[in-house]
Amino acid sequence: MELLLQQVLAGLATGGIYACMALAVVMIYQAIDHLNFAQGEMAMFSTFIAWQLIQWDQPYWVAFIAAVVLSFIGGVAIERVLFRPIHNAPILSSLVAFIALFSILNSGAGYLWDYTIKTFPTPFGNKPFLGLTLISTHQAGMIGVTLGMLGLLYLFFRGTRLGLAMRAAAANPESARLVGIRVGWMTALGWGMAAAIGAVAGMLIAPVVFLEPNMMLGVLLYGFAGAVLGGLTSPGGAVAGGFLVGIIENLAGTFIPYFGRELKLTIALILIVAVLMVRPSGIFGRQVVTRV
Amino acid sequence: MSASSEELAVKEAVSIAPAAAGAGHRRGMWIAAAVIVAFLIPLFARDFLTFQLTQVMVYALAILGLNLLTGFNGQFSLGHSAFYGIGAYTTAILMSRWGVPYFWTLPAAGAVCFAVGFLFGLPALRLQGLYLALATFALAIAMPQILKFQPLEAFTGGVQGLVIDKPDPPFGLPIDADQWLYYFTLAVLLVMFAGAANLVKSRTGRAIMAIRDNPIAAAAMGINSALYKTLTFGVSALYTGVAGALGAIVVQFVAPDSFSFLLSVSFLVGLVIGGIGSIPGCLIAGLFVLFVPNIAESISTGLAGAVYGVILLLVIFVMPSGTAGFIRLVVARLSRLRQF
Repeated sequence: MELLLQQVLAGLATGGIYACMALAVVMIYQAIDHLNFAQGEMAMFSTFIAWQLIQWDQPYWVAFIAAVVLSFIGGVAIERVLFRPIHNAPILSSLVAFIALFSILNSGAGYLWDYTIKTFPTPFGNKPFLGLTLISTHQAGMIGVTLGMLGLLYLFFRGTRLGLAMRAAAANPESARLVGIRVGWMTALGWGMAAAIGAVAGMLIAPVVFLEPNMMLGVLLYGFAGAVLGGLTSPGGAVAGGFLVGIIENLAGTFIPYFGRELKLTIALILIVAVLMVRPSGIFGRQVVTRV
Repeated sequence: MSASSEELAVKEAVSIAPAAAGAGHRRGMWIAAAVIVAFLIPLFARDFLTFQLTQVMVYALAILGLNLLTGFNGQFSLGHSAFYGIGAYTTAILMSRWGVPYFWTLPAAGAVCFAVGFLFGLPALRLQGLYLALATFALAIAMPQILKFQPLEAFTGGVQGLVIDKPDPPFGLPIDADQWLYYFTLAVLLVMFAGAANLVKSRTGRAIMAIRDNPIAAAAMGINSALYKTLTFGVSALYTGVAGALGAIVVQFVAPDSFSFLLSVSFLVGLVIGGIGSIPGCLIAGLFVLFVPNIAESISTGLAGAVYGVILLLVIFVMPSGTAGFIRLVVARLSRLRQF
């Protein structure tokens, strides 16, 4: 029983990473109804920007804020330049554009910063948290930041005019346009926010998995699993899904011999396929009905 | 994209209609000429070029598999590297563990991949568009880890992979092993391409394309959408799996990390470059996938991905029907000019 409890706690800690990624994935899904396959690479690129600033002797928080702001601008720019012209094109065009973005960011980072593994500092330190040996202060900080972001997003979407406008633009673009909302810019804003959330996720993850161009591939897969499990239409659900995926991963690693430890990515695969088959809208998502 | 391809189709129909009787004949001539040239190349080319062209054909076959799925049935897969890998491993295990002759491993690899593709396609019935892309994305990322799985190491060779012997030319033919592999691959390629062309032209092919163009109308016409989609997924996996098997024989080596997500990206790039829904375009795609990364890497390491990305974007924005569509468009324009 104690082992189970310990593993659940450790799972929550890794789940914080996935929850961050899932949140970013859902932000873009809400805005444009597409899964951003380049989300992980965008986060990785942002993290490299922060790393470069730290290498240039900037304090951590300056680098952090600069990376988040630059990512926001970058996200908006990507939407305006790349995805705006093809927003009415078939799914395949968007998919190919995402893969193109993935390739460019991945090999661009390799070209600029090479493929050696780099360490990334953590602002929370790595001491045991509240005397618990299982969970470090960094992991606790990660969970805290994720929940904090979720809270801010909730306040933003429920409590501000801009948040309301963004929800309207996502729910019903035509009607939103008729009441004077600039739907195109709302989409761009969604991209910017997703890029910024991704940047935070990347900088929180980098101390754990180390910084290199391919660091996000597995994390993104778990992020997708979390988002699908929680429901692609619900930011809160995605965060819950991310934590759940972390717990499932840890429990499988402990209690299923061989399989759980060596085939971690396969667990994500099975989770994704199973959820999509049984309940495609996820645990907390709403059923999407389309008119034929 | 759809608008321009429709426009293209209309133009093509207009320009070809008077000469429709001659078109099939001319096409046959072109194919015959291409086969003769392909047959003569290894007699004059250096060994390394022969080896590279063999790989081009392998990639062309793999991309043909993806094209059957995406171009003709409208389903998306980011996981064809996994089927390529399964085909390659089937051949490698059969050859190195059980000493099966290489030509018998191809049907085996095809059968295994068809079964895996069919089974993976079953949930695909419920997964539309983006969700299928997501599930296959997960498959591609999980595949290297599955191939490294420790309890299976006795078969797969674990991280080290498997080495297989290069087959010798049979009947004492006066050619070396590379040339023989070239001809062997060419023969398989011709059979598989002819099969794909016939499949697309048949009643089944029309059903497959009807599902792509309008799933609801297709179902209303009595097409068993679920069955055809799953079967197409299986056939697509079969083609890519046979390509993987040939690839393993040609390279004489399989290792888990050769079948990563990046291979899927290459296939997708090839598909888009060659032309979605174009069977001859797959050959252009094969050439592209083999030679362009080499050129890019020779300029700077790690540049291949960026070049891929930029070219993908260019195609999407400038040339949405791929190289094959572009050539068709140019030919249509030229023939119209001649009429006036």
